[in-house]
Amino acid sequence: MNDLTRQSAAVLADAIATKAVTAVEVTQAHLDRIASVDGKVHAFLHVTAESALAQAQAVDAKVAAGTPLGPLAGVPLGLKDVLAMKGEPTTAGSKILEGWRPPYDSTVVARLRAADIVILGKTNMDEFAMGSSTEHSAYGPTHNPWDLDRIPGGSGGGSAAALAAFEAPLAIGTDTGGSIRQPASVTGTVGVKPTYGGVSRYGQIALASSLDQPGPCARSVLDTALLHAAIAGHDPRDSTSINAPVPDVVAAAKKADVRGMRIGVVTELMGDGYQAGVSQRYAEALDTLRELGAEIIEVSCPHFEYALGAYYLILPSEASSNLARFDGMRYGLRAGDDGKNSVEQVMAITREAGFGPEVKRRIMLGTYALSSGYYDAYYGQAQKVRTLITRDFNAAFEKVDVLVSPTAPTTAFKLGEKLDDPLAMYLNDVATIPVNLAGIGAMSLPIGLAPEDGLPVGMQIMAPAMADDRLYLAGGALEAALTDKWGHLLIEEAPAL
Amino acid sequence: MTSITRPEVAHLARLARLDLAPEELDHYAEQLDVILQSVARISEVAADDIPPMSHPIPMVNVFRDDVVTPGITRDEALAAAPAAEDDRFRVPRILDEE
Repeated sequence: MNDLTRQSAAVLADAIATKAVTAVEVTQAHLDRIASVDGKVHAFLHVTAESALAQAQAVDAKVAAGTPLGPLAGVPLGLKDVLAMKGEPTTAGSKILEGWRPPYDSTVVARLRAADIVILGKTNMDEFAMGSSTEHSAYGPTHNPWDLDRIPGGSGGGSAAALAAFEAPLAIGTDTGGSIRQPASVTGTVGVKPTYGGVSRYGQIALASSLDQPGPCARSVLDTALLHAAIAGHDPRDSTSINAPVPDVVAAAKKADVRGMRIGVVTELMGDGYQAGVSQRYAEALDTLRELGAEIIEVSCPHFEYALGAYYLILPSEASSNLARFDGMRYGLRAGDDGKNSVEQVMAITREAGFGPEVKRRIMLGTYALSSGYYDAYYGQAQKVRTLITRDFNAAFEKVDVLVSPTAPTTAFKLGEKLDDPLAMYLNDVATIPVNLAGIGAMSLPIGLAPEDGLPVGMQIMAPAMADDRLYLAGGALEAALTDKWGHLLIEEAPAL
Repeated sequence: MTSITRPEVAHLARLARLDLAPEELDHYAEQLDVILQSVARISEVAADDIPPMSHPIPMVNVFRDDVVTPGITRDEALAAAPAAEDDRFRVPRILDEE
């Protein structure tokens, strides 16, 4: 089999199961690739080579023994560093957790292990998933494999870059306001934020608990579906986990059919503020969907213009509360413990030393929004706007089966370009945030390169809660049509590193 | 809505247990003001009769059966502690001497 790192997860799993290649060979090929290109990309914070090879050996033993295997057995994966993995460094991109090794596995990791998916290492991210560029990682930014001077998106830029750099065929992300979808968009890869509660948050270091959701990332719609199926489903350890069957996303990805599907174009998520090449590729993708037999309908969601404001009150409020646990007492960094400072002083010194600027900014913002006298005007009002945005979605889904928009207003911007302007950075998430506020599922998939800069553009597909299969039905059909047109997946056009 | 002042930022930092440097107080006062003015647009929405939404899925009182299952051991819990003593987390002084 030629270059193992260029293959899809589905092809690799089949080759391993039929003994065309061993899982150890597949894992080693990806570890070699990481060793050769990650100096430029910096997608990984920590490579778990030893445990990955041990996992791969176990898969090969199962193949030899004829033990039945899952559909992704032996396929390597990059794990976002926000998910606890027993005994391996888990930092969430923060200095406050430097050196911490969790004493337990997150449910996502437990399910990956149960599916015999080989974990190559922990991928880079904005500190505590706060950001859209990975520049807020305390360990330095990740570089976009399409152009190393540009951002790979965020917060899950490491996971997306690992896919685009062919360091891993699968990755796990988490999405609070677009952290799976926006990186997918700017790296020419696929990412899905499942319906809230679709994948367990147990062992995910919490940012905003009512918005956070882990999900699958890959280079194709089918690979994404296979990974989605491996990690989704009810978990008694997460009280917000949905206790209902997971929609058959793999069957939907294989069916890949939009004939008769009503697809709603959100008028508020296009036009002004969107880069010309993004708008152009988006319009072309809508034409393609129409040619495939979908009915394209314009839909208005009038409260979406307030989504960014509501999000940047709700998220910091929840984050300021969640991040209170980092107090330097039970795990993680402790600073200033000189025997004289009080516990409160040690906490304040520890948090000042351990948190980066964006994290401190959002903690302060959340503390303000929740404080007496401001609560009703800020947090309370934001929660009401959240209801209105959800009602906009509900009304839209009475008319259409899925909604679409560009995933991000621009292609990948230059590293450093927006780092000192929090508001400009927040605007990247304008199209992805409404989905998290409503708790529904959404996908980003590549729809071409912007003519003006040759960088990937993504389309977002949004489906009602618990109907994640529709993302794959539509995304699969669009991907198949575009692959026919181009002769290959868009990611094949990424420059060699 | 009013703008945020430096003393307010200092108060927030105390509430949030962040030992901010003086230059950080200036910087954050400026930035938080810009961000708050931007998000304050949500007050334009008339929402008096709209119920607040704290969570995407309307679920209440999700309980599991009260059955003992294996958890992490004391030694595992203490392994990551910045300081431990006598099988406990050692923490800085919590109460004043008297």
